[in-house]
Amino acid sequence: MANGILEIKAISGHAGPVPGRDTSRDYDVCKYIDVTTCIGCKACEVACLEWNGYPFRDTVFDNTYQTMPDTAWNYYNLIRFNEHVDEDGTLKWLMRKDGCMHCADPGCLRACPSDGAIVQYANGIVDFNQEHCIGCQYCVTGCPFNIPKLNPETKKVHKCTLCSDRVSAGLEPACIKACPTGCLHFGSKDDMKDQAEKRAKQLREHTSHKSAGVYDPAGVGGTHVIYVLHDIEHPEHYGGLPKDPRVPLLVRIWKGPLKWLGNLAMAAGILGVAAHYIRFGPKGEGEDPKEGEK
Amino acid sequence: MSRMIQRYSFSERLMHWLTALTYTYCFCTGLAFYTPYLFWLAVILGGGPTSRFWHPIVGVAFFLIALWMHSVWGPDMKLTETDKRWLDRSKDYASNNDGVLPPQERFNGGQKVFYWVMYCGAFFLLLSGIFIWFPEYISFSLAWVRQTMIVIHEIAALVTIGGFIIHVYMSVFFVPGSVEGMTTGFVPIRWARAHHKLWYIRMTGGEAPSKE
Repeated sequence: MANGILEIKAISGHAGPVPGRDTSRDYDVCKYIDVTTCIGCKACEVACLEWNGYPFRDTVFDNTYQTMPDTAWNYYNLIRFNEHVDEDGTLKWLMRKDGCMHCADPGCLRACPSDGAIVQYANGIVDFNQEHCIGCQYCVTGCPFNIPKLNPETKKVHKCTLCSDRVSAGLEPACIKACPTGCLHFGSKDDMKDQAEKRAKQLREHTSHKSAGVYDPAGVGGTHVIYVLHDIEHPEHYGGLPKDPRVPLLVRIWKGPLKWLGNLAMAAGILGVAAHYIRFGPKGEGEDPKEGEK
Repeated sequence: MSRMIQRYSFSERLMHWLTALTYTYCFCTGLAFYTPYLFWLAVILGGGPTSRFWHPIVGVAFFLIALWMHSVWGPDMKLTETDKRWLDRSKDYASNNDGVLPPQERFNGGQKVFYWVMYCGAFFLLLSGIFIWFPEYISFSLAWVRQTMIVIHEIAALVTIGGFIIHVYMSVFFVPGSVEGMTTGFVPIRWARAHHKLWYIRMTGGEAPSKE
């Protein structure tokens, strides 16, 4: 994997053994989004369209700074704009880059019935293989973030790939490359988490955002896209970011106990009737009535 | 050679085999979506996308034929007191101790229970299936509806599969003569007497058949 370059081999001007030699860095990749420095310029939206080769869609003007109401099958990346008034009357313009979170425990992958349609790479990227997609949209049902979207013409589901093609070539995702304020970062999960925590601490200590924090929800095993939010207590202010996202309970029941109990019951049913046949055998066909008998 | 008596008309056989065909198709493609170990069923039935396309359409066909079936067999399927007594003794039926069972009409209590399982199952499967067919029209705030419908669909399917396994086992293996009855429409007099005495008497007037 291209991220093998993160393993230290030699360093300059250093006496003695090379620290970190032969140890692997964490290969998990991560996109870190600092919403506090996002200006809502939409450069990431355009870069995403350009890299993925999608035409620009019709926009919907709804008196906000948001390009359109929702992400779409050919629009992976949307800056959500929300005006929020704090209790003390402060008006906040909240911009959040919305897209696939690349969960460590992806609900889409759990729900998908089609062999090979969704893969999770060792570096954390969750990717859809449209050639194996059957269009059932179980992934839509499994996702706690409302990310996968159906192309109604091809009946294939699409979402952000975290530019798996660019990343495997050692490049950063297209949105990262385009961001002019540096609110988008890309690197290993450990590094990004570290940077994000430092930034959140800085916000808490030096600004009025006393409850700033890092959004890396544990309910889905952590995500490979993390946010620094002004107010970690209220992620829902940022256009419906769930506070404690999980793979939905019914999806876990459906893909867990219901599956193996059902399989067990069907196998037991077939074995049961076979055992019954061996024990009791077929019924007799009866006898014809004799003269004068009903 | 026992004399034969007609048990099912052509249209009854046709509707039976149409439900069998449509149910079996949905059964196979549904199992493919249900468990990865059986996804190969979708592959041999034309591929995943093809199966996803046809499963709901064939499912609606199954439902419509089930409605047709109900218009024909519904009145015959009402559970009576005799059926309840028969069902109380269904253990004796299962262990081939048929002598102690009350005589049965055209359909016995077990057949009627199977019929109602499949007929009610068809409604549950159709109603939940519509939501799974068109999830793109259900907003994210109603995600719980999609999730609930999938669980209902699978439970309803599993219940009908239980009935289906028993139905196929009984007709093909346990009660010889049943498959011939549903393919040719005719059963031997002795078969009718043994399994559906009341129906036999109603059809023949209980007359001992003259030798031919």
